[in-house]
Amino acid sequence: MADLNCTDLCMTFTNPQTGDKVEALKDINFSLKKGELLSVLGPSGCGKTTLLNMIAGFINPTSGHLELGGNKIESPGVERGMVFQQGALFEWLPVSKNVDFGLRMKKMDPRESEKLVEKWLNIVGLNGFGNTPTYQLSGGMQQRVALARCLVNNPDLILMDEPLGALDALTREKMQSLILELWKETGKTIIIITHSVEEALLLGERLFVMAPRPGRIYKEYQLPFAEQGLTTSLRDIKQQEDFSTVREEILTMIWDMEEEIMGSV
Amino acid sequence: MFDWLSVHRADFAAVLILLLVVAFVASIYKGVHYSILRKNDEVFGDPERTKGGWYWAVTGVSTILLLWFFFSWGMARAYFPNAANEMCQIAKIEEAISPIKARLPIGSRYYKSTILVVRNAQQLETLEENIPSAVFSASELRQIDTALAQTNSLINILSDPSKQSEDTRQALAQITADIEAIGERLDQGYDGLEVSEEGRNQPRWGVTDTEIPLIPMTARGMMFDEVSVQAKDITTAFLKLRNLPDDAKTTIASTKAILADLKDAAKDSSGWTEADVAERGRFIKALDRIFKRLDDGIIFPSEALAGVNSSIETLYDKIDDAQGSLGIVDALFFPGHGVVKSKTLCIEQGSSRWLPKPFDVVAKFGKLANPDLENGGGYKGTTLLWWKWLPIADVVDFIIPDMLVDALPGSYGTHGDDGSFMPTYKDKVLAFAQGDVYLGSIPMLDGHIWDSLFRVIVAMAFGICLGVPLGIYMGVSRFFKSFFDPMIELYRPVPPLAWAPLILTIFGIQDDGKIFLLFMVAFAIMVISARTGASGTQLSKIRASHSLGASNQQILRNVILPNALPEILTGIRIAIGVCWGTLVAAEMLAGTTGIGFIENVARTVSDYELIWVTILVMGLLGLMFDLIMRKVISITIPWRGKG
Repeated sequence: MADLNCTDLCMTFTNPQTGDKVEALKDINFSLKKGELLSVLGPSGCGKTTLLNMIAGFINPTSGHLELGGNKIESPGVERGMVFQQGALFEWLPVSKNVDFGLRMKKMDPRESEKLVEKWLNIVGLNGFGNTPTYQLSGGMQQRVALARCLVNNPDLILMDEPLGALDALTREKMQSLILELWKETGKTIIIITHSVEEALLLGERLFVMAPRPGRIYKEYQLPFAEQGLTTSLRDIKQQEDFSTVREEILTMIWDMEEEIMGSV
Repeated sequence: MFDWLSVHRADFAAVLILLLVVAFVASIYKGVHYSILRKNDEVFGDPERTKGGWYWAVTGVSTILLLWFFFSWGMARAYFPNAANEMCQIAKIEEAISPIKARLPIGSRYYKSTILVVRNAQQLETLEENIPSAVFSASELRQIDTALAQTNSLINILSDPSKQSEDTRQALAQITADIEAIGERLDQGYDGLEVSEEGRNQPRWGVTDTEIPLIPMTARGMMFDEVSVQAKDITTAFLKLRNLPDDAKTTIASTKAILADLKDAAKDSSGWTEADVAERGRFIKALDRIFKRLDDGIIFPSEALAGVNSSIETLYDKIDDAQGSLGIVDALFFPGHGVVKSKTLCIEQGSSRWLPKPFDVVAKFGKLANPDLENGGGYKGTTLLWWKWLPIADVVDFIIPDMLVDALPGSYGTHGDDGSFMPTYKDKVLAFAQGDVYLGSIPMLDGHIWDSLFRVIVAMAFGICLGVPLGIYMGVSRFFKSFFDPMIELYRPVPPLAWAPLILTIFGIQDDGKIFLLFMVAFAIMVISARTGASGTQLSKIRASHSLGASNQQILRNVILPNALPEILTGIRIAIGVCWGTLVAAEMLAGTTGIGFIENVARTVSDYELIWVTILVMGLLGLMFDLIMRKVISITIPWRGKG
């Protein structure tokens, strides 16, 4: 039921001073079934984040339709959880209060929400950190809190905007495994935006490579690596020949796009 | 107890100064030692190099206190308690001979005679060149010429030593001899001189309102005092002296006669126009004025006064010799012009004039802080900081406006046919609202300091309660921002004190006016800081909370407000500081209580001690506000700068 449908989606930004128009996105069409894991890749300025913001309901498209489970997306909602690059945690609250923020806004019974918070802190590996102030946590741990805060609300769709972009390589790999685990356990639909080709390959059951000017889906892949990642170690997957073949192919593709942009300057 | 402390303040100062010197030296030793030890621990420019260093703080504090003791003559009073009294005796000599000195080069560069001669000769010349011959007849012009010539010759006669009369010559010689004689008296020293009972029993230096004891307290002082009495007689004799030789007397008499004639003629208006008469009168008057400056005999030949001048020079040398160790003490411990005697008292002249001694300030503060109003405590009928019973009715009166009662249904009572008055329920409510009903009392702080604090606290409370919500809304709403921004920006840039005269006129000089003025200050700062804090919320946090299902009100309350808290608290800290500064100035403008009021009164009576007490109290309270706010900030927003 909870399918995401995207029909003829267009987004045009107009500069209020000069009246110049920029086509951030043009004619995006795709649909995502429940439980699919989609990663979106592309050079900067291709409209990845704009697409995600529209799905989250923060901005409305110029034209086209967005539907989740048959309901039109017009504004932010609890059924679409969002994880940001920098965590966007509330630094004045301790970890547990950050995690149960959505539940408190719903005015859920504190005893019930306490149990939920404990469960999710366990899952993301932050057992016993409930009373720690968030500003004392490392970047990876902060991102775990952000994940828990999103998941505790039980959204149908999880949107991640470069969630691991600010982390070091080692932490990043651990977090990638965590995301895959969460995907498997919860069966949620997940969209991940990333800059890293490897990450996109590992975390994408489906992968969109987007191109700029106008922002569009340039190529779509169906990949086996995310499924493998549930059982095999991520490092082993990276050693596989077909992994590096696809990686090289996409890298060349993006490289060419960047060349085109630079060349046109 | 307090009196005993007060009388012995110089002794405490002596001990404290010693301790300060020890602390100063020890902390420098410690500091240098430690610096050498840690020399290679950090490179230059490493912020770590500024950490710690309490010993240098000790050095700094003891330096400033020692400077204070030094420049306020506190050191002099602590270790040379009689020095000021002795200097006072020398000042008495100075006071006695100053009228003579004023006429001699030793006191005013030129002889008074020289100045008179030069100035009058010049004016005569100008007058001679500008005789308005058109308004005088030929005979009158001849008279004027004679008068001018004779006045000129008068200057010559008075300046000529050979024309000086024998009497004057002898009198001047006598004065010179007398001055030399008192110099010789100083040479003889002060052995055998006894201090009078009265002198011994005087209050000590700086303990009472008379700063420096007047009657000599030492044998040396006795000597100077004795000489000053003689010097006074010499001065009287000198001032009586006139230089009027016979030649001068005849010239004066004949010139006087001519000028009298001319004056009479000038009054006669026949044949002259009104303007002419005025012109004639003016000229004759100018001539007469110059003549009158010359006919009183205070011009002497310069040669005749040379003796007196040099005898006074010698006298100063003798005074210097006779001072002995006192001269060194004066040079080392009395920065400024030393002690000056004027009429009935000796006053400190120099930095100590406006810089009271540390312990005098403490004593003054003690006096002010004494809550016993009947026995000289407090200031102008109000304590500095104490408590009192506050009738609850007064609070009710302050809180409930009478207009609220007016708005109630029903009417106030009127007097009946028989002149009786039956109050209606509305009358009773009004009496309650006006505080006429006894409701018991509560203990309440009282005093000048509390009045000042109260004004700031109330104004801040209103400023925060109204400013923060408005600022938050301005941070999130286009309407609120654009609608209120011009209003606030219109009044905020005006310096608060520029509003003070207007506000104080409208609201009165009591608390209301000042509170409103401070409210204006606090409100603008709170609005701006809350707005900055609210509009500075990271977009991702707002979006995250939307995605987590929070409503607009919930986001305002749970995300934007806490996010703006650091800015708001910083705003409060700034606002308190600005309010405090504005309040003191407003209290100086008008009012009957408050720290600023005390300082303003102290200013009008030049009570430097009181001024310093108020300055220190204000500084300490300001510091206290800031420390409290810093503590509050570090407790309530530990995440500051870490988000």
